[in-house]
Amino acid sequence: MNSASTATRPSGPASPSRRRIIFTGAAGFAALAIARWLQPEAVWSASPAAAPGLSADGAEVMRALVPALLDGALPADRDERRAATGETVDAVAAAIEGLPPSTRRELDTLFALLALAPVRLLIAGVDARWRDATVDDANGFLERLRESRLAQKRAAYDALHQLTFAAWYANPRRWPAIGYPGPPALG
Amino acid sequence: MNATGTATRFADPIREGLAAGWSVVDASRLDRDAALEADVAIVGTGAGGGIAAEVLADAGLRVVMVEEGPLRSSTDFRMREADAYRDLYQESAARKTADKAINILQGRCVGGGTTVNWTSSFRTPPSTLARWASAHALAGFGVDDLAPWFDRVEARLGIAPWTLPPNANNAALGDGAARLGIRWDAIRRNVKGCWNLGYCGMGCPTNAKQSMLVTTIPHALARGASLLTRARALRFLPKGDRIETLECVAMNEAGTAPTARRIVVRARMFVSAAGAIGSPALLLRSPLPDPYATVGLRTFLHPTVVSAALMPGLVEGYAGAPQTIYSDHFMDAAPITGPIGFKLEAPPIHPVLAAITLPGHGTRHAAWMRRLPHMQVLIALMRDGFHDESPGGRVRLAGDGTPILDYSLTPYVFEGVRRAMTAMAEIQFAAGATAVMPVHDEGDGYASFATARAAIAAFDLRPRATTVVSAHVMGGCALGPDSRSSVVDAAGRHHHVENLHVVDGSLFPTSIGANPQLSIYAIAAKLASGIAGRLRT
Repeated sequence: MNSASTATRPSGPASPSRRRIIFTGAAGFAALAIARWLQPEAVWSASPAAAPGLSADGAEVMRALVPALLDGALPADRDERRAATGETVDAVAAAIEGLPPSTRRELDTLFALLALAPVRLLIAGVDARWRDATVDDANGFLERLRESRLAQKRAAYDALHQLTFAAWYANPRRWPAIGYPGPPALG
Repeated sequence: MNATGTATRFADPIREGLAAGWSVVDASRLDRDAALEADVAIVGTGAGGGIAAEVLADAGLRVVMVEEGPLRSSTDFRMREADAYRDLYQESAARKTADKAINILQGRCVGGGTTVNWTSSFRTPPSTLARWASAHALAGFGVDDLAPWFDRVEARLGIAPWTLPPNANNAALGDGAARLGIRWDAIRRNVKGCWNLGYCGMGCPTNAKQSMLVTTIPHALARGASLLTRARALRFLPKGDRIETLECVAMNEAGTAPTARRIVVRARMFVSAAGAIGSPALLLRSPLPDPYATVGLRTFLHPTVVSAALMPGLVEGYAGAPQTIYSDHFMDAAPITGPIGFKLEAPPIHPVLAAITLPGHGTRHAAWMRRLPHMQVLIALMRDGFHDESPGGRVRLAGDGTPILDYSLTPYVFEGVRRAMTAMAEIQFAAGATAVMPVHDEGDGYASFATARAAIAAFDLRPRATTVVSAHVMGGCALGPDSRSSVVDAAGRHHHVENLHVVDGSLFPTSIGANPQLSIYAIAAKLASGIAGRLRT
């Protein structure tokens, strides 16, 4: 996890960064902070890439969003659903580890932002923590990103879309449900 | 699949060559810095670098090839998207323009794009070459000038008409077009003994595709050339008006980031063949003259939009040669400098590629995915670079030296997008589609052409809301006689540096208006033969 996300974690103590966020106002902060996501070379070039593909914050965000992104594809059974969600989040983390450092820094920043309460409140209009968010909450959040006129928010949607669907449909165990027979045997 | 039902073992010419002692070094395994010396150092092993390596090795020159990606071969090609995009493509096939509005598929492995392309082989359209002569003052690149070079590379790479029937995905393009009186034709392919599997984009597992990986590169290696893999070319280092060395850095084993290991290549001649993002970036990182700031300008993408359809019968767009039918009807409908023209083709339909392309999420996305075997998809490739309102993009450098591509989707392009989406929907309904979904945020599965046409007419076409992809990056080191508007002369030689040539798709002054691999092969053969001639004298 990078220092920015640590300093501004909503559940943490009221650090200087956190007070500044409140003072600036959530709307202004979210717009500015997400804008930084599109200019990684200007803002983040000095920060090292995080070691794992997803930080704890990032994994929590993804565990909340995957059930909405994959609604209709995830198994109906509650336990199977939870397991499949976890497996998908792990696959997303592994995919991120294969990306270039600049992209990983962008995604670290994105997930750190999405983990922030003001950002979540502003975009999703819900105060629930990610771990308490319902599929409807997550879906509302995704739709607001998708419909946003703000390039940065829309690009965030595309990143979540691409990472999640690639992780899900690259997995051979998902193929029977879509009628894909898999690659032919050459032997 | 084979008649006897016994396990088939394919010869793997790469593994055989390595066993026979080819000079190949994986830089990620170097435990110290290294230095190499050659007559010619070639950066990149795709369509340009591969052809150049063969021509120059055949001329008796000592060649070193430098490739950022890994050396993978048929034994590794398991036809799985999970492996292929990560191992064989730039940025795991998720490379994007700076504004993230266009996703770019670009190879990064030995053989470059030729290892993962869909085998479509077109000569450069005569209208494109005429434009290069008239608007870009380029001499020596007319249809007749290039014909012998096309003949030569077509013979070398087995480029020939495809004689098996098209798969249902491609057949739908021909059937729908024919019912509407729209001209279509068959695509030639660079294959020999093709199994018609449909997995060209993940590396050919049977070595049928005549990519650089199985043709020119093994040939050059057998003639004594050397290959350095997982090495990123950082910069050319000049002394006076000549380049003395090429400085490279070894990548880590995963290929995601550079390590501390440096490799220096000393040579008489340097060839940049790193592709239309890589070559401009390499030149920009190098302390070379660029007095008119032309490097990286006019980068073209063939911005491509997508239309998905559902057919009553099975399409199985994941099986069979991926691209065998095309239509240039909408290329030829207006003058090349008029409203933007587009080429219609069909893409392979594999689960990941389909899922990341289909818009939206949740139940609607899942419902389309469940119909994957019935899905039919058309793509329209926009011919950019022929109009004032289509100036192309620009490659620049991030703080860490990696390339960034700025590319604006202008209203001129979007006007063509609307026509293209309409044309694709009409063809798909004419081919029997029960539903057509233009790939746009506001797009839905429409049940008739009338409703689709009305919806497309009302779409708010803007970046990101419109899914735009590219598999053809071109330009950025333009050929031309005038150093104020181009980077290299008609011989491919840098305007200000005597011993530096560019030999790849970055040379093109405009987009090609067709899948570019064959244009790169022919022009690379022509320019590399010139380089060989000059080095011999």
